[in-house]
Order: sequence, then structure tokens, then C-alpha cells
Amino acid sequence: MSASAPEKTMGYVEIPEVLDLHHTYDTATDKINDVILKKKTPVPIAVAMGICFLLVGLLFTTITKLVSTGIGIWGNNQPVAWAFDIINFVWWIGIGHAGTLISAILFLFRQEWRTSINRFAEAMTIFAVMCAGMYPVLHVGRPWLAYWLFPYVNVMQMWPQFRSPLMWDVFAVSTYFTISLLFWYTGLIPDLASLRDRAKTRVSRFITGVLSMGWRGSARHWQRYDIIYLLLAGLSTPLVVSVHSIVSLDFAVAQLPGWHTSIFPPYFVAGAIYSGFAMVLTLAIPVRSYFGFKDFITQRHLDAMSKVMLATGLIVMYGYAMEAFIALVYSGNPNEAFMMKNRMFGPYAWSYWMLITCNGVIPQLLWFKRVRLHTPTLWVITVVINIGMWLERFVIIVTSLHRDFLPSSWGMYAPTKWDIFMFIGTIGFFGFMMCLFLRFIPMFAGFELRELLHKKKSPPH
Amino acid sequence: MSETDSNPSLYAVIAEFSTPEAMLKAAEKVRDAGYTRVDALTPFPVHGIVEALGIPKSRMAGLVLTGAIVGCIFGFALQTWLTVYQYPHVISGRPYFSWPNYIPVIFETTVLFAGLTAFVGMLVRNNLPRPYHPIFSAPRVEDATTSKFVILIEAADPKFNLKETTEFLRKSGAEFVGEAPFEAADTERNRAPLLS
Repeated sequence: MSASAPEKTMGYVEIPEVLDLHHTYDTATDKINDVILKKKTPVPIAVAMGICFLLVGLLFTTITKLVSTGIGIWGNNQPVAWAFDIINFVWWIGIGHAGTLISAILFLFRQEWRTSINRFAEAMTIFAVMCAGMYPVLHVGRPWLAYWLFPYVNVMQMWPQFRSPLMWDVFAVSTYFTISLLFWYTGLIPDLASLRDRAKTRVSRFITGVLSMGWRGSARHWQRYDIIYLLLAGLSTPLVVSVHSIVSLDFAVAQLPGWHTSIFPPYFVAGAIYSGFAMVLTLAIPVRSYFGFKDFITQRHLDAMSKVMLATGLIVMYGYAMEAFIALVYSGNPNEAFMMKNRMFGPYAWSYWMLITCNGVIPQLLWFKRVRLHTPTLWVITVVINIGMWLERFVIIVTSLHRDFLPSSWGMYAPTKWDIFMFIGTIGFFGFMMCLFLRFIPMFAGFELRELLHKKKSPPH
Repeated sequence: MSETDSNPSLYAVIAEFSTPEAMLKAAEKVRDAGYTRVDALTPFPVHGIVEALGIPKSRMAGLVLTGAIVGCIFGFALQTWLTVYQYPHVISGRPYFSWPNYIPVIFETTVLFAGLTAFVGMLVRNNLPRPYHPIFSAPRVEDATTSKFVILIEAADPKFNLKETTEFLRKSGAEFVGEAPFEAADTERNRAPLLS
């Protein structure tokens, strides 16, 4: 079969097809369903799940301590009033963005390679937004009153303040979560139906039967389904841009040097996609090898995602360069210039230069095809980018806040152990949810893969 | 209708195909033969099946647009009403009616309403969730969510005749032709909107 033969490029490396075309509709579907219905959990995944479960325990312990004591147990205080809570919020939200980009924007661009990774990336989005959402809710101090953020008719006769970017965030993040969940579930319905029709036990038939809502693949249903899937993709596309733009406005609308800059929205969106793709790869590389899905997620996917990372990474580097240029040269504002010098050579200079190394220097290796196709190296680079993107938020928040206009109000920031517990706790929560997802929900969009198989195998007409 | 009356326990006749191309060819024949209460069950959306079976075009797009417009008006009205009439406060010297500040929330409510309309609208128009449908008791139909392409002709079709229809489907290239019965416990309620 010539179509499945790897396409030769550059002589020394071969990039395979987006999907192993030896598969038929049956084998492809069964392979996805067997993970849930037949196979045992791979040992490394089970071990990861166990560790993550312990970290979830740590998270709940931290939250209990936090709620019963107060946010004073965190290290943030004047002048660094925002620290780990917002750093981690922005980091997690950013990670989520790749899921929406893959499922929506690449869908609209008809990128075939998105089909094997969209379900997985969307799940990642949902869990990342859950982790992100915990931070602002807990940071309000009295999380049991967090619903005050929403406009609802109340006896206090009080209403939210709609001119604040923090309020916009409430709407942006909750809408983003809702739409991502709907998009994800919509995609799942036909796959849950095919799982239902293959399930052997009563319990699994019942659960998948309920969740697939009686989907039978009727032509009338598919017609409506296709339209709303396209529309949801179209709605998610501006949404993904809006969410991180609004997150960046939390900073940009403030008067603080280092925050008060109009380049933030595009620069944050590029950074979000950068970190999101890094996280997709960090997760996809072990999953494809432990679950044996190298025929679904091929080297071509890794290569394409590496290229997206390289491109967004360069946009992010351009953002850093522009930020420095505006602050030091263009604005002529002494406070801006001081902030940038302090960022580069002040007490937190290590974080700035580590950021440049992680996000700007090391990812340049992705220019080389050999690196993009060498999976272990690629995995290490993606982890480095994840760290780099976390440092970016640390640099923006802490180095801007700790020395503002008045030297008398300067101060230093260090996280407490509770800050760190909370952060690794959310990582554990994220990992735990991902493991549950891999185990119980079809991790590939089966119907889209079958459609792709059909398109690849039948001659164009 | 004579056949239906004589055999009220039959829901439909199904014909199974292995490729979407074979099914599309047969679907055109079914339409040209004048059958109207027909449907196809496919493991993925097959391009052209709607036209081949003569199924009317869906109006989902208009519904979602309506949802978007309602969301947009809601977002604007909510903020205007609150900041101008219900709860007016001067915030950093801006006028009460500071509409540029409303844009982010208007955008979000627009997307939220449109998305919810799309999802709920698709389910409602498709008559889902629907835990039971007589087609589920048809033989081999569980493959239609995985690898097989099925055309069904309801017994309620005015042109339906069990023998002729079965023969007709066999001739149009089906690999398997079977009957989907109503289960004994079926009620009239179950029969109401079977094609939706």
C-alpha cells in the first residue's frame, strides 16, 4: 500500500503518515475501545496515578489548612500581594489553551494531524482550567462566598463591578470552561455510542448507554451534529484568544511598570499556546508509548507540534525583546526603565535569565529535524518550556511588584511551604484526572479517525 | 400501508453496507424509488448522504445565530441596566454608561449563549437523550457505530411492502438485509417521532 509508506524527506529522516493506514474502521475503533473495555492499566500509568492520588491528598490538606486559617499562610503580602496564586492561575489557564487551539482552530484549518490528539488535548484543557479556577476562588479568602462574583439578584442589593478586568475574568474563564466542556462532550457522544455497542458487561453498557444518550448515528443526527460541531469550533476560536487576552488585562489595566503595557494580550496568547503545546507533548509522548498508540500519534504529530512550539516560542521571544525595548528605550519613562533593569540585574535576575534560557535559547534546538524526531530530547525540551512559561509569570508578577515607585515600599517575596504544596497539589490533581480520563474515556476521537481513514483510503472524487 | 397494518410489530427493514460509497449509491436508488421514511446509520458523518436520501436541510445554524444575538443583547442589557440604573457608581471617573468596558462581558455572554444553544438545540432537535429506539433491536445494528453503513426504510413508509422492499434493498447491493421489530413492550409513545 503506497499511501502508508513513509514519505521520504531530507534523505536521513522519515516522517510517517498521520495515521497507520493498515487500520480498518474495526481495528482502529477496537484499539481505542479496548483500552477501556479489555486491557489492564499499564504499570507506569498506574504508578503515576498512585503518586498523583497522594498529591491530591496533599492538595486537599492544603486547602483545608488554607480555608480554616486564612490566606495568611501563603507568602504573598505587601508589596508582592499577588504571587503563586496568580502565577499558577495564569500558568494553568495558558496550558489549557492548546487544547482549544487543537480542537477548534486546527479543525477550521482542516489540519489532519489534529484528529489523533484533539480528544486528549481537550481533556487536558478541562483539567487545566479546573486547576486554574481553584486559585482565584481560594484567593478571595472566603471561598464559600465566591458566588458573589456572579450577577444574581440578592438581598444585599449589590452587583458586580463590570469595569474591572477581574470581573471580565470571571465571565471569560467560566464561559471558557463551559464551552470547552460542551465541545469535548459533543465530540464524545458518538464515541461513547460505539463503546456502548462494544461493551460486554451490564455495568459498562449501562454507563456508556446513559452517557451516549441513545446516539445511533442517524443521518439526520449527523447533519445537525456536523453543523454544531463546526459552530462550536468557530465559537471557541475567538474565545481562546479572548480568554488569555482578558487574563493579560488583569495586569495591563493596572498602572504598575512592567504590567501597564499594551503588548500584553497578543504576547500572553502566544505564550499560552506555547505552554499548552509543550504540555500536550509532555503528556502525549509517554501515553503513546505506554498505551501502544504510536500508530495513531505518529512522529508526524510530534514534528508538527514541535513546529508550532518553535513558532509561538519565537513570538514569545519577540514579546520579551519588545517589552525590554519599550521599557528601556522607547517609553522614556524612568520607572519603566528601572523596572526592566531591576528585572534583568536585580535580586530576581536569576529568574529572568532562566526564563530566557528555558523559553528562548533551549527551544531553538527545535529548528533541527533530528531533535524534533528524537522523542526523549523532545520530551525534555517540552518540560523545559513548561518551566520557562511558569517562570515567565513569576518574572512578570514578582519582579514588577517587589520594587515599584517608592523605595520605602520595596520588599522581597518567597513562597511558603503551603504555596508549594498547593502548586504540586494541583499538578497531582491534574495528573490524577488525566489518568482517570485515559482509563475510562476514549482517548481518541474515534469517529473522526474513521472519517480520516475513509478520506485517506478512498480516492478523491 | 397495508403491510404495516398486517404486521404492526415491524419497525423497519435495514440494509447493511461495508463502504460509504456503496451505501450512497443504494441511498440514491432508495430515494429515486420514492421511499420517504428512510434514514441511514453511519459510524461517521458521510458527506452527501443527506442529499442522497432526500433528507431536508437542517436549520441549526439559524438557531445558533439566534442564541448568539440573544446572548449579545443580554450581556449589553445586563451591564447597562446595572451600571446606569440599578447600581450606579463612579468607578475611576468613568461615566455610568461606559460601554467600551462592557465589550469583554458582552463577547463572553454571546459565545456562552450561542454554545449552549448549539449543544442543547442539537440534542432537542435530534430527540436525544433517547434511551430506547426500536432500531436497537435490529440484527447486527451495533456495528453501525463502528464499521458498517446501514440504510433503513420504516414500515410506516407509504410505499413499504415487506417482500418488495427487502428484495429491492438486496438488489441495490446490500450485504445483509434484516428486519427491526418493535419490542413487545413498545407503546404508541415510542412510535411517535422515530425519524428526527
